[in-house]
Amino acid sequence: MIEFLQHTVNGISVGSTYALIALGYTMVFGILQLINFAHGEVFMLGAFIGMYSAKHFGFGDQPSIGALLLTLLIAMVGCAIMGFLIERLAYRPLRKSPRINVLITAVGVSLFLQFAGQLGFGSDPKFFPQVFQPAGDWSIGELRFNPLQVIVFAISLVLMLVLQTIIFKTRLGRAMRAVSFNHDLASLMGIPTNSIISSTFMLGSSLAGAAGVLVGLIYPKIEPLMGTMPGLKAFVAAVLGGIGNVTGAVVGAITLGLAESYVVAYYAPTFRDALAFVILILILLFKPTGLFGIRRSEKV
Amino acid sequence: MSMSSKKLSFLFLALTLASVGCTQKQAADAPAASDVIKVGEVGSMTGTEGTFGVSTHNGIELAIKQINAKGGVKGKKLELISMDDQGKPEEAATAVTKLITQNKVAAILGEVASSRSMAMAPIAQQYQIPMISPSSTNPKVTELGDYIFRVCFIDPFQGTVMAKFAAENLKLKKVAILRDVKNDYSVGLADYFAKKFKEMGGTIVADQAYSSGDTDFKTQLTNIKGKGPEALMVPGYYTEVGLIARQAREAGITVPLLGGDGWDSPKLAEIGGKSVEGSYFSNHYSQEDQSAVVQTFVTEYKKAYNAVPDGLAAMGYDAALVLADAMNRAPDLNSASVRTAIAQTVNFPGVTGTITINSERNAVKPAVVLVVENGQYKYRTTITP
Repeated sequence: MIEFLQHTVNGISVGSTYALIALGYTMVFGILQLINFAHGEVFMLGAFIGMYSAKHFGFGDQPSIGALLLTLLIAMVGCAIMGFLIERLAYRPLRKSPRINVLITAVGVSLFLQFAGQLGFGSDPKFFPQVFQPAGDWSIGELRFNPLQVIVFAISLVLMLVLQTIIFKTRLGRAMRAVSFNHDLASLMGIPTNSIISSTFMLGSSLAGAAGVLVGLIYPKIEPLMGTMPGLKAFVAAVLGGIGNVTGAVVGAITLGLAESYVVAYYAPTFRDALAFVILILILLFKPTGLFGIRRSEKV
Repeated sequence: MSMSSKKLSFLFLALTLASVGCTQKQAADAPAASDVIKVGEVGSMTGTEGTFGVSTHNGIELAIKQINAKGGVKGKKLELISMDDQGKPEEAATAVTKLITQNKVAAILGEVASSRSMAMAPIAQQYQIPMISPSSTNPKVTELGDYIFRVCFIDPFQGTVMAKFAAENLKLKKVAILRDVKNDYSVGLADYFAKKFKEMGGTIVADQAYSSGDTDFKTQLTNIKGKGPEALMVPGYYTEVGLIARQAREAGITVPLLGGDGWDSPKLAEIGGKSVEGSYFSNHYSQEDQSAVVQTFVTEYKKAYNAVPDGLAAMGYDAALVLADAMNRAPDLNSASVRTAIAQTVNFPGVTGTITINSERNAVKPAVVLVVENGQYKYRTTITP
């Protein structure tokens, strides 16, 4: 019984790292109907920006909550700039092209960043400085928690609420939803479509940057290809929750994390990665809108 | 009309120039080919196991420089042609084909990883080019053909060494295994460890698996913790072992970890930090070995690369020396003669021990066990076959 509970805790903690990545994924899709496959690579860049800035300021030697917040801030700003550049250089020129062109470009950007990362950072794994180390172990009886993972879980819930508020309660959010509804009509209403799309990308990318730092902190081995699998998993989580839906992304990610943990524990560890794609296929076959998705009527 | 004919004439001109360029290059190569011996090397210079390839390459390069400085082999200089396989078996196969068919190398050195050596070996065998793997320890590698050799011991021995060490030196009775099922090397080591450890009266209390590339191992470690082992055998690569060690401590497993030569990288201690302290792994050599051969090698290597040579660098160095030694003893440089000469290597004084090639084309030599202390890999003991 205690082992089952521990597997559950482990599953939620893995799921919350997927949730951090899935939030940005699903938001960009929700607004732009673009599956930004480069999102996993922005996450990787976030981890590297975090590592280099932490090394530069020597945060690894003096871990503190301030160091963590500063590292997060730098990585988020860095990734927001990357997101802006990716949108400006790769996606904006294709705004009027068929959706499939943009999708293929997204895969291209993703591969470009993976290999540019190997050239720039070197392909061997790097150690992520421990900028924040909560004291001691947390445990309830036999049940053990990694304090960092509890924090990550809390942060992903907070970010989910923040995103919900931005999208549904602010002027920027209203503009985003208008652009999402109809680009041309939105610009006729005086909404600066281009800058709204840019901000959407920057917001999504800064979430990926935060995820990069937090995941780097928990699994302190970072490498240029680290974004690929979590990126795909987050995509599956977003589809599972209903792509475009912020709450759905978090629920989908936690569900996926739990499912993986149980499969590894009670069936076979080699099924961990296969499971995500089995779920993806099942969802697409039986409930393409996901758990929380709303059916959109395709405009013809 | 005039435009397209202009384009055509340009194209023609370009083609002519290109073909002239090619013939000139070949003409320049031809005389050079007679006074150098080309040796091909395939390694993972980039990719997640980049340090494996780079260390091995440095070792090989150092050996070849020293051989050339002493006058080369049969009066000819050795020329090293290195190819990067990015840590992918399919790239390794392409690289070895290119080295043999286009560069016309006399012999192949590589790979580190067994899975990649096994992708290369059938090709080297098909073209009958001798291939020496510096450090692929899976038994199947040299079974792929009589042109395939290695200068390291094999998994049965490495697994056996750690089982002997656990049972005799550490006096353990209960050990858990966490193996990388995607990696032939890890599976081989785990199997032979389990076999020997049971023979010596111990029990394997848990046998869990992961896939290389995973970052979360808590589920497996939770299962292992429940079984209360006295040590945890993790015969994987340093890329995962560092994270496994950390998460084992987080899960409340405090016993030492055991492993093989795949741990041998400074990154292990960096990523694992305090969690890998007091853990043991088997290796090919220790830089603390006071013998003259080892100390000269360590000094020369430090001078050339400004780094302490790890086990893989030493293996690369030995592989190149064994090849050069065989070429010197061979009556001529035909690949068949070189092959026979490598097979007849007896008591060659290598950095990683005295190397004798047996009838299965494997090296017979002792292994050392190292312990992690303050982030350094300290010599603990030597275990003979």
